[in-house]
Amino acid sequence: MTTQAQAVVPTDAARRARGWLTWENARRNPRILIGGGLVLFLVAVAIFAPLLAPYDPIAVNGAVSLEPPSGSHPFGTDDVGRDVLSRVIFGSRVSLSVGLIAVGIGAVIGISLGMAAGYVGGVFDLVSMRLIDALLAFPALLLAIAITAALGPDLRNAMIAIGIVAIPGFTRLSRGQVLATRNREYIEAARTIGCSDVRIVARHIFPNITNPLIVQATLAIAGAMLAEAALSFLGLGAQPPTPTWGADVYYSQRYLSNLKWWMSIGPGIGIFLAVFSFNFFGDALRDALDPRLRRSR
Amino acid sequence: MTQYVLRRLVFMIPVVILVTVIVFTLLHLTPGDPVRIIAGEEPDPAAMDAVRHELGLDQPLPIQYVAWMSRAVTGDFGRSIRTHQPVLEAIGERVPATLELGLTAIALSIVVALVVGTLSAVRHNSPLDLIATGITLAGVSLPNFFLGLVLILVFGLVFRIAHPGGYVPFGEDPLDNLGRLVLPAITLATASIAANMRQIRSSLLDVFGQDYMRTARAKGLSETRVIVRHALKNGLIPAVTIIGLQVGAVIEGAFITETVFLWPGVGKLAIDSINGRDYPVVQAIVLFSALSFMASTLLVDLLYAWLDPRISYRTAA
Repeated sequence: MTTQAQAVVPTDAARRARGWLTWENARRNPRILIGGGLVLFLVAVAIFAPLLAPYDPIAVNGAVSLEPPSGSHPFGTDDVGRDVLSRVIFGSRVSLSVGLIAVGIGAVIGISLGMAAGYVGGVFDLVSMRLIDALLAFPALLLAIAITAALGPDLRNAMIAIGIVAIPGFTRLSRGQVLATRNREYIEAARTIGCSDVRIVARHIFPNITNPLIVQATLAIAGAMLAEAALSFLGLGAQPPTPTWGADVYYSQRYLSNLKWWMSIGPGIGIFLAVFSFNFFGDALRDALDPRLRRSR
Repeated sequence: MTQYVLRRLVFMIPVVILVTVIVFTLLHLTPGDPVRIIAGEEPDPAAMDAVRHELGLDQPLPIQYVAWMSRAVTGDFGRSIRTHQPVLEAIGERVPATLELGLTAIALSIVVALVVGTLSAVRHNSPLDLIATGITLAGVSLPNFFLGLVLILVFGLVFRIAHPGGYVPFGEDPLDNLGRLVLPAITLATASIAANMRQIRSSLLDVFGQDYMRTARAKGLSETRVIVRHALKNGLIPAVTIIGLQVGAVIEGAFITETVFLWPGVGKLAIDSINGRDYPVVQAIVLFSALSFMASTLLVDLLYAWLDPRISYRTAA
């Protein structure tokens, strides 16, 4: 029986491969290459931050405080002489890890809930969707602010908060996809040959809905990084002296009226480039993988 | 239609209750002890217990929730821990500033998005379209606090042609008030402009491919008339939804924008209250924000159903 069930899988996999990121697809679509390149660059900067950063991001050096951009400090230095470029490079670590972990939390909970609700239906579906409606009733960032404020301001809680905010998007998407898929013939076939519900959902439905979920995840990472920056800006993210873009922009405000602009511009550009990369990549993926979704945003 | 409205309202009831539960629970997870703040630097345990009892904080959570709700429906959200002002009054004082900023931003966002989005769709793939689409992607990727800061830096401090921040009530000095409104309104509107423009552009492009557009052109109507009367009228229906969603974006954006520009609205009050552990105020603001967002979403859905006769709300009910 199991061998027969597995015989169905290659068809699904083949179907998936056709829509998915093959070299052939990517070559025909330069936006995917550019977007993917930007994202890879960002990941590389985060991983190799200690090698790339010219200075220690938290080392105080009073001799060079508030220096404008120069050859030795391309992005200038802050009020206690820390190198802004090094802080921007290290800031990518916080931003990216919050983006990935928060979206990971949101995706795992959201997709499981959405697929279960779509597949089981009935009262379970009704109750879980009202819960999702309640989460959606809050403007997203406001909910993240409220949760972080409630749990206490630190990096871990910011990740949890942003993760919770990311749940509804995944739930709604996967539920909708399950509803659209679950009455297809191949699902019926799988059921006829005696596949368990769990197996049907995991092996037959899930592989067919991964494309829109990948798009959703990529765009959600951009949103999560933006939310992390906002939380840090409000003092609700990683605490000093950890270099984070949002907190560094906040901190730079006090020197703005003295026109020490470089303290703000570096971290601000960091946020912008990171979020832009994921948005750009997500957009390109959406257009390539799922033409039906093209107009939904 | 009446039936559809009623059905939507009934469906909202459990969601509203869940929202109040979430708001209540959240603020009670908080690690800091509000009693300690009220009791001051040198807390006397007996005095702290008295305060705790007075605030009902020694009761089980479900009982506290019911007590909180039954007071809340009468408009009693308690008093601010920091200023001892009734919460509703404290928020009420800040509402006009937030409304002024928020409505300006929404109006600005709709006007700019409508004009540029339409031009961009009409001149599809022209340089203007490419620039507009590029700016759109940039706009949704730009954190509003950074945008605000750059605007303050460039227009407020370097060129000194706009106020870098602060607020003067309209009644006191209308010109000064509007002058200070410019930068925060642009900041708050930018993300919404980007989202609205994207939606307007793509739904118009959708409409341009329809048969009735060809018919209208074939009848010999002028291009302006074709676009305004035929394309915009149909293309803007789906745009209503996304514009409605921007109300949420403006609410959450106001928290940050008001903080950056020292604009004394509800958002700044919320952030100050979070930093001051002023729970009753935070709780009420989060609740009101969610309720107004829900109300606007409902309004948009109803408007959508009313605008688009193809939606069969009758059979659905």
